[in-house]
Amino acid sequence: MRQKQKNLMNARGRLATAAGHLAGRVSQKLRLGSGGMIGGRVALALDPRILAKLSARVPVVLVTGTNGKSTTTGLLRSALLPQGRVASNVNGDNMPAGVATALMNDPDADFAVLEVDEMHLPRIARQTKPDMMVFLNLSRDQLDRVGEMKRVEGRLRKAVHENPGAHVVANADDPLVACAAWDAPRVTWVAAGSGRWNDPAAFPRGGGQIIRDGRDWWVAADQTYRRPDPHWWVEDDTLVHAAGARVPLRLSLPGEINLLNAAQALAAVSALGFDAHAAAEELPKVRDVAGRYQSFDVEGRQVQLLLAKNPAGWEESLHILTADNDQLVLSVNAQVGDGEDTSWLWDVDFESFAPDSAATFYASGERAADLQVRLDYAGLDSELIADPLAAVLACRPGKVAVLANYTALQDLLAAIKTGGHQPVQEVHHE
Amino acid sequence: MSESTLRVGVVAPEVLATYGDLGNALVLVERARRRGIDAEIVRVPLFEPVPNSLDIYALGGGEDTAQALAAAHLREDPGLSQAAAAGKPILAVCAAFQVLGKWYVDANGSRINGVGLLDAVTIPRDGRVVGEVIAHPVLAGLTKPLLGFENHIGRTRLGPDASPLGLVRAGVGNGEHGPEGAVQGSIIGTYLHGPVLARNPQLADLLLERAVGHPLAPLPMASVERLRAELLSQ
Repeated sequence: MRQKQKNLMNARGRLATAAGHLAGRVSQKLRLGSGGMIGGRVALALDPRILAKLSARVPVVLVTGTNGKSTTTGLLRSALLPQGRVASNVNGDNMPAGVATALMNDPDADFAVLEVDEMHLPRIARQTKPDMMVFLNLSRDQLDRVGEMKRVEGRLRKAVHENPGAHVVANADDPLVACAAWDAPRVTWVAAGSGRWNDPAAFPRGGGQIIRDGRDWWVAADQTYRRPDPHWWVEDDTLVHAAGARVPLRLSLPGEINLLNAAQALAAVSALGFDAHAAAEELPKVRDVAGRYQSFDVEGRQVQLLLAKNPAGWEESLHILTADNDQLVLSVNAQVGDGEDTSWLWDVDFESFAPDSAATFYASGERAADLQVRLDYAGLDSELIADPLAAVLACRPGKVAVLANYTALQDLLAAIKTGGHQPVQEVHHE
Repeated sequence: MSESTLRVGVVAPEVLATYGDLGNALVLVERARRRGIDAEIVRVPLFEPVPNSLDIYALGGGEDTAQALAAAHLREDPGLSQAAAAGKPILAVCAAFQVLGKWYVDANGSRINGVGLLDAVTIPRDGRVVGEVIAHPVLAGLTKPLLGFENHIGRTRLGPDASPLGLVRAGVGNGEHGPEGAVQGSIIGTYLHGPVLARNPQLADLLLERAVGHPLAPLPMASVERLRAELLSQ
């Protein structure tokens, strides 16, 4: 792995960092927030090159994609911890300010593993000069914010072109990811899955139609582009390398999707030169990702939280949650960070959960009314309680599952903490 | 309706169902079933011939490359035009609204020929419009405000053969001094997502009644009324 030695830190950078730290501490003292972003925001305002300075001496891995950024970043960080200190924005703040804060908080780190918002990848990569970029998947998410999928693919491709030294770990099953990673001089391809919502019809290079057959895909009337042969893939609970290595995957996080996230994390660790078997032993330690898999006790209710931001995430999460819960609170907001258009709810196949569902559903969040209409048409009765904590309290004591999109989950987490409700440790399938 | 089952065609869902537009077909089928009418969704994949025998057609939004693929296919395939000539209800949302027009100019400035079923042309506007829309209905048979969410970069001008679906009270719509959407014969074009039929049951029932050829019993849904009241109060 390329080692960066040059110390770019100068007086301006040191001043910006100090001011950022001060702002972060003041923010925490005044209970304005966790201090997660404010420090980085101040430092960025004082020194626009602060990301370059903070990352100049540390190997950098950037993780991006629509779904699984925080989880994969958390798994990768955990897998690298035996090798040294890891700076990481584990709280999910994936804009430049959050990235700056993570780097500021651990100036002596041996590695930086950073989750990066797709649209900000070129800007952050230009400064941090990554040794590695991990591309997970690209599907429709917050469409009104990011515009078209092609634009997002273009951002990733731009980062690849501008950082030829970066090793790219990319999902071979996802045509848009493959399109973005295609020109990278060094790519590790991972068969990391492609849900039915990963569904662009046109390949951005040339605009030809993408044809699918199971996991395989190719571009019609085009000999150049088709699914690359993966170096790594998952068979049941085992990560397999094309050369024959078999690495058992054991996670504390639920769901098949997290096995695929783990596959990309371990492929990245392996490409960094570390043993994937040893790294895999570290993965069960990840139980919580930015509060997204956390459980709380709320007055006798064991509340399991799951974040899902788009149709693919909602379907995956509903499969996980409906398996062993009969009280579900679904909470949807439509703030800028969520996507202001709630139409995506109609891309979630709620109908497939309706026939055998004896569960009680609560429609919650700022857009509870849109959600309830969607559930109604799917044949699912629900009670509308806009305040998610009130919806949780309306459930009878016992297990309660909450599925929420981004700001809806933040609202509930804040309400739970304000209410003094305690995290539950032992909830996940070991 | 030719057979006992009402068939709602979703045309080229791979490219024209980007913004939850499949929801319009789900709403039509469910509102038919709740009145005792058998109904099903028929997906017509891109590049496959569009049957001219379906009862209702729903087409939705798509990104520009995908939209161009759909336009190329629908210009050549006669099925949808035959269905329109036979008076079958056709709902075209957003990108599909533009595709059914005479032509549109895409984000790169290329002029793409449409299917020509609507007397409408579309050019790009400066920047994307994103937000809630309220429109006063113009189409006969509609009395309640049209509600929806718009997310597009088109400015659509209607010719003499098309009339607006509604007149914008809040939001942008076609972006030409008030009109939202277009109506020509049995075809309804609109920029409204939401999906539009989930938020406007009156429009959904108008399409259904045209398809079955007789009036339908009212189907009050408290959830829908609550959503509409909430959207109208904002």
